[in-house]
Amino acid sequence: MTNVVVVAEARGGIVKRPTHEAIGAALGLTAKAGGQVIVLLPGSGLANASAELAGSGAHRVVALDAPALANYSGDGYARAILEVLPELDASVVLMPHTAMGKDLMPRIAARLGAGMVSDAVDLHYEGGRFGATKPVYAGKATLRAMAKGKPFVATLRPNNFEAAPGGGSAAVEERKPSFGPDALRAVVTEVVAAAGDRVPLQEARVIVAGGRGLKGPEHFHLIEDLAKAFGPGRAAVGASRAVVDAGWRPHAEQVGQTGKVVSPTLYIACGISGAIQHLAGMRTSRTIVAINKDPDAPIFKVADYGIVGDVFEVLPALTAAVAEAVKQ
Amino acid sequence: MNIIVCVKRVPATDSKIKIAPSGVAIDPTGVEYVLNPYDEFAVEEALKLKEAAGAGSVTVVTLGSSEAQKMLRDVLAMGADKAVLLRDGGVAHDGYSTAECLAAWIKTQPFDAIFTGKQAVDSDNSQLGPRLAALLDLPCVSEIVKLTVEGRTFIAERDIEGAREVVRGSLPAVLTAQKGLNQPRYANLKGIMAAKKKPLEEIDAAAIAPATEVASLSLPPERPPGRILGEGAAAVGKLIEVLRNEAKVL
Ligand SMILES: Cc1cc2nc3c(=O)[nH]c(=O)nc-3n(C[C@H](O)[C@H](O)[C@H](O)COP(=O)(O)OP(=O)(O)OC[C@H]3O[C@@H](n4cnc5c(N)ncnc54)[C@H](O)[C@@H]3O)c2cc1C
Ligand SMILES: Nc1ncnc2c1ncn2[C@@H]1O[C@H](COP(=O)(O)O)[C@@H](O)[C@H]1O
Repeated sequence: MTNVVVVAEARGGIVKRPTHEAIGAALGLTAKAGGQVIVLLPGSGLANASAELAGSGAHRVVALDAPALANYSGDGYARAILEVLPELDASVVLMPHTAMGKDLMPRIAARLGAGMVSDAVDLHYEGGRFGATKPVYAGKATLRAMAKGKPFVATLRPNNFEAAPGGGSAAVEERKPSFGPDALRAVVTEVVAAAGDRVPLQEARVIVAGGRGLKGPEHFHLIEDLAKAFGPGRAAVGASRAVVDAGWRPHAEQVGQTGKVVSPTLYIACGISGAIQHLAGMRTSRTIVAINKDPDAPIFKVADYGIVGDVFEVLPALTAAVAEAVKQ
Repeated sequence: MNIIVCVKRVPATDSKIKIAPSGVAIDPTGVEYVLNPYDEFAVEEALKLKEAAGAGSVTVVTLGSSEAQKMLRDVLAMGADKAVLLRDGGVAHDGYSTAECLAAWIKTQPFDAIFTGKQAVDSDNSQLGPRLAALLDLPCVSEIVKLTVEGRTFIAERDIEGAREVVRGSLPAVLTAQKGLNQPRYANLKGIMAAKKKPLEEIDAAAIAPATEVASLSLPPERPPGRILGEGAAAVGKLIEVLRNEAKVL
């Protein structure tokens, strides 16, 4: 048998959206390789999350519900998952390439002695072997790697795989980890939420990003206003490294090779020149719009649509027009 | 305080990438190689920690070819005490075998902390730190932006989607460095001179084969050429129209 295990990401009992994309990708694999999609859900207070995942299209849901897993901890989550993995007969283990997935999956792969592809944008099953395609060199090249053995581990780039269509009602099973909170060696003592009801950059469908063309931090309300115009929970603010280094914006907003790699449905670059390190973080966005006063700015080479103009003139007009369009 | 820092030699971020005729690697001609940018933060944090402790040593280790010697000298010039080059014998290591080779060597060493960068900007794997922690059975915090150490207890902060996690643990541990952790120092002339006399040892890495095979390396498809819709605020109407009707994102 050849099951695909998806490790679900739930924080505070709420399932993160990229989990459904990972289930969609897993169903794609089992359609070719056979076997079941089994969702493994670590956390605490998981009744709602389990019910949601039971209707995701997966074949089975295994909840690891314990107080020791209330907050994410790499060693606790890894240990709990490794306790149940053997009975699941996994050929592939998948998780979204998020802060949690990036931290957790390499530990699982190491303990399994498994090959792993991180930040995968495509999964393969060929001649009985599993593999994945991923961007390397900050998106300047694409690597296709095949695992020599099983299991194979991959983290999946968010906003890239089609989410599972949903449906079905998988059985929810429960397992308890053998250890309590005292066994954890690195514990999260606090989770400080970012200010406001901001959408995390990597989960946003729309990103409005500003660069040095904004001239100063006091003008970034133009960027925030445009993001807000897309409606609540839809758009996030991004920034170039130049403005992060200048202290205008927090590092958490930086897009690029030494910032976040994002691929939203729509990326609007405002007053950003399009340096190669910036492009590395956003070039796989589905639609790219650039607003820049210099018609020769490199950003126009990757943009689908460009407006040559002054951000101080274009942004207010665009914000009003988007607000109007969203209303309709 | 004895600290091990894993460092990697990678193409500078502004390099133009070409594919070698083999189709499974890049063509290194004309590429400038540098210390992985995140490893600069890792080295800096290790140096700060040793300085604060007032005693100990910082050892940097890389798995790679002899060409990595120059990078190791650069890190010694920043202030590291000792460098080790694990010769890879030309094997193109993946996340699995990189971690196995480094863990095999680290197991022979005394240490209180291990630092790595959060990600090597060639493979973009972000695997090594947590893999090492699992292999060495150590606690690990990845992508840290702040670290305080008191005695054997550390508190590290890391950014997650929309929030910041504060993590407490005790040494020995593996910590992976994210940008923002510190401001890496530059090597000064004195450091560069001193580095010439510091120990740089070259030994063969453990013979461990990768768990994945590169089927192909290719250049990403070019984005189809875009269109300039017009100038200034007058072009906004046109933009809304194409976003709605062509791109279907509104
Ligand atoms: C190791 C390394 C890593 C890096 N990592 C990153 C990274 O992760 N992310 C990143 O972004 N950069 C990164 N960089 C930096 C990158 O090389 C650029 O310096 C940076 O992206 C430039 O930011 P910018 O586009 O805001 O500024 P600039 O390059 O100064 O561009 C400003 C743009 O605004 C336009 N403009 C000016 N005024 C107006 C106006 N009124 N209206 C409209 N347009 C206007 C100008 O025409 C120009 O194109 C990295 C560099 C290195 C060396
Ligand atoms: N070959 C290597 N030798 C030493 N350290 C490495 C090597 N590859 C990766 N690292 C370290 O691991 C970090 C993460 O790399 P990676 O998992 O490849 O993205 C890097 O920032 C380095 O600190």
